[in-house]
Amino acid sequence: MSAAVEPPAIELVDIDKRFGPVRANDRVNLSVARGTVHGIVGENGAGKSTLMSILYGFYEADGGEIRVDGTPARIRSPADAIRLGIGMVHQHFMLVDSLSVVENVMLGAEGGALLDRGLARARAELDRLAADHGLAVDVDARVGDLPVGLQQRVEILKALYRGADVLILDEPTAVLTPPEAKALFGLLRTLREAGKTVLLITHKLEEIMAVTDRVSVMRRGQMVATLDTAATSPPELAELMVGRKVLLRVDKRPLAAGEPRLAVENLSVVDERDCLRVAEVSFTVRAGEIVGIAGVAGNGQSELMEAIAGMRRPTLGTIALDGTVLTREAHTPHNLRRLGLLHVPEDRLRTGLVPAFPAYESAALGFTDDPAYGRGLLLERGRMIAHLADRMAAYDVRPPDPLLKTSKFSGGNQQKIVLAREIERAPKVLIVGQPTRGVDIGAIEFIHRRLIALRDAGVAVLLVSVELEEIMSLADRILVMCGGRITGERRPEATDERDLGLLMAGVEGRA
Amino acid sequence: MSTPIDLPRWADVILVPALSVAAAFAVAGLVVAGIGEDPFTATRLLIAGSLGSVEGVGFTLYYTTNFIFTGLAVALAYHAGLFNIGGEGQATVAGIGAALVCLYADFLPGVLLIPAGILGAAAFGALWGFVPGYLQARRGSHIVITTIMFNFLAATLIVYLVVNVIGERGVTETRAFARHAVIPYVHEALRALGIAAPTSPLNFTFLLALAAAAGVWALVYRSRLGYAIRTVGANPSAAVYAGISPARMIMVAMTLSGALAGGLAVNELMGVQHRLLLEFTSGYGFVGIAVALMGRAHPAGVIFAALLFGVLYQGGAELAFDMPAITRDMVVVIGGVIVLFAGALEGLFRRLAARLVALGTGFVAARRVRTAEEG
Ligand SMILES: Nc1ncnc2c1ncn2[C@@H]1O[C@H](COP(=O)(O)OP(=O)(O)OP(=O)(O)O)[C@@H](O)[C@H]1O
Ligand SMILES: [Mg+2]
Repeated sequence: MSAAVEPPAIELVDIDKRFGPVRANDRVNLSVARGTVHGIVGENGAGKSTLMSILYGFYEADGGEIRVDGTPARIRSPADAIRLGIGMVHQHFMLVDSLSVVENVMLGAEGGALLDRGLARARAELDRLAADHGLAVDVDARVGDLPVGLQQRVEILKALYRGADVLILDEPTAVLTPPEAKALFGLLRTLREAGKTVLLITHKLEEIMAVTDRVSVMRRGQMVATLDTAATSPPELAELMVGRKVLLRVDKRPLAAGEPRLAVENLSVVDERDCLRVAEVSFTVRAGEIVGIAGVAGNGQSELMEAIAGMRRPTLGTIALDGTVLTREAHTPHNLRRLGLLHVPEDRLRTGLVPAFPAYESAALGFTDDPAYGRGLLLERGRMIAHLADRMAAYDVRPPDPLLKTSKFSGGNQQKIVLAREIERAPKVLIVGQPTRGVDIGAIEFIHRRLIALRDAGVAVLLVSVELEEIMSLADRILVMCGGRITGERRPEATDERDLGLLMAGVEGRA
Repeated sequence: MSTPIDLPRWADVILVPALSVAAAFAVAGLVVAGIGEDPFTATRLLIAGSLGSVEGVGFTLYYTTNFIFTGLAVALAYHAGLFNIGGEGQATVAGIGAALVCLYADFLPGVLLIPAGILGAAAFGALWGFVPGYLQARRGSHIVITTIMFNFLAATLIVYLVVNVIGERGVTETRAFARHAVIPYVHEALRALGIAAPTSPLNFTFLLALAAAAGVWALVYRSRLGYAIRTVGANPSAAVYAGISPARMIMVAMTLSGALAGGLAVNELMGVQHRLLLEFTSGYGFVGIAVALMGRAHPAGVIFAALLFGVLYQGGAELAFDMPAITRDMVVVIGGVIVLFAGALEGLFRRLAARLVALGTGFVAARRVRTAEEG
């Protein structure tokens, strides 16, 4: 064979995968050239993660063939994938917090019973990788002490250390701050220069445009198109994904805010380690208004939401609902739900759902005392199932199977289950954290419309998001948090990303 | 992360445990062969001894009763994310409760005295479960450590009480309970109906055990409380979000768990011994851990696992009698191997089960295609 036609680094041919009635991958074909960054986009549940799991050996395909460098390969476990030079960076990092970076990197590849030789080798190798790819990280730092962006870098180092030539990243930026995401893309470009191949799954089309060479679109288990990035555009991709035109901007009626519904006064919150996370924050949210809280993740937004929702005791300050200050006894999640304050938590898997439960049980979380679920001590399964089935239809949750285990829904569909649960309970005040994290474009449009509809119906909405675009397009007022304080308030029409970025960087607090 | 292996529910509940039991028996068979006995004869003796006669079945079900209670106790706590290994201690203290009622409230008629005795056992067992639960929930003392300590405390407490306070002078047991405090034997009931039945320790506590299993099932999978308990066990931060107090559920689950362990005292003392004596729990509480593990913390699974251990206990006793080279300890070893296989090495058998299921569905699908083509 002549050297002119180099075989693709990865070739997937007619890959099939079923989960019960769901065809997660339906005769999927994909060819990825060596030394390129290849994007994969698609709606929630389109089958992207499944396809990558097959490539990485987590699942075995029901049919089809995988070729690595043109040679048919049998990948039955991640160990097989690693042997073939395929590495994966998991969205939920597989790192041991209490170990150092170098220890984490060599974990499972210690090379012998005694550690010192392996350690020395790992160190040398890490230095080389750092020099080659600009992947600097302090190899002796404890992983638990590193920010998320650096933890992800450790995951990438781990894959490279194991000899990965092909790197799979499944929604890597969902957990990153914008500067961290930028740094990641810089890194992906250097990896490409070095001849590595990158497979990147993301819901953010601007990321696809910024960093990929080619992009494939999946829809309902099928591969519907593969395009040169330079020859396409976000609207075209969105339309291919969803199968219809998508409005990337939301329209909303002019503000008609009413009575203050939620009033927070001088609220201070400390975390488990007694660190002050929220410092003397005050604001109000009125009926029919969306107040957005912008800020880099980890600047107290989570603790603020949890304190308002009764999951954490504030150390100082008051919270009033409809003008009535909540007493200590009244300020419980249970009672707040009764009073109409509902909460879509930012971390759906850790807080908003119980992954091990069937969906219909997760969909009742927080509302099990509803008599509609049965009277007396017992819950009536049939009613819970029917209730969720209705909502699944209304929210287009896929697959619409209330009995499926919660963890088996794709991320976006899990989010819809949480949103449906809270929104359908006719909130007076709704606290929403990161409503569109990991959610596809079509669903973002849907969720944004729902939130606007709630606002127009007179609900007071507090929206916390690290997506500036989301805040800018939804909020009627924007508060910026940094270092636990509110560093500024803006109207969306009177600000821009630069202005907000400065406030987020902290005019007064830590940078 | 391990490879997620998804199995149909029937395979999860039946095939995987069946495979691990089969493997455990194979290993045990090798051991038996190793000491020069014939494993097939041993198996035959084991089965014949436990299930081959009415008397054997009686004994088997009597053991099963104990294991159902202690297995349920472990299973219930497990749903709240707790590893209750204090079944021995809880049952011991429950025995004290049952004995106090049966000895000092025997002026009550039987229809009241027996339920009162059962409640006494449940209440005392519950108390002995509650305290470690409280310490875990409010003080963060680890439940495994505290329940072990409470086993020792209970063992000491019962010695003190029986020897110094409520026991007969000179012996390590109390006087016998009044006749109307005794839960009737099944063979007596059968004989009263004119059916000849050999004597065995099986008594009507067995039905109570089955009822308890049904109750635990309804509680865990169908009730609001059970939902709260499972939420705490599966995802504590989701529980806080939902307004469920993990601390409270931990205490509730441990209290109920202790009460269930108390069933062992009911069976042993009110059903068989008819007095309070030392060490009546004889390790059944620990076997409960194995039973719950093997039964995957599901009440139906617990019943089957309890039956299996009942067979092992009864059949093992017969086996030790017929084949002196095999001691009763060896039978315990089989139990241990089952636990090892059912618990620790479960992944192995899941993989095997997945292959079998895939083969099976492939076979069925192929046959369907063939019939379709032919038809
Ligand atoms: N283990 C499983 N068991 C049953 N169904 C599953 C399982 N894993 C995935 N699915 C289903 O397969 C389909 C494809 O899921 P997948 O996770 O690949 O989607 P995705 O494209 O990655 O979506 P998202 O963007 O939301 O992450 C979905 O309908 C999902 O519910
Ligand atoms: Mg996915």
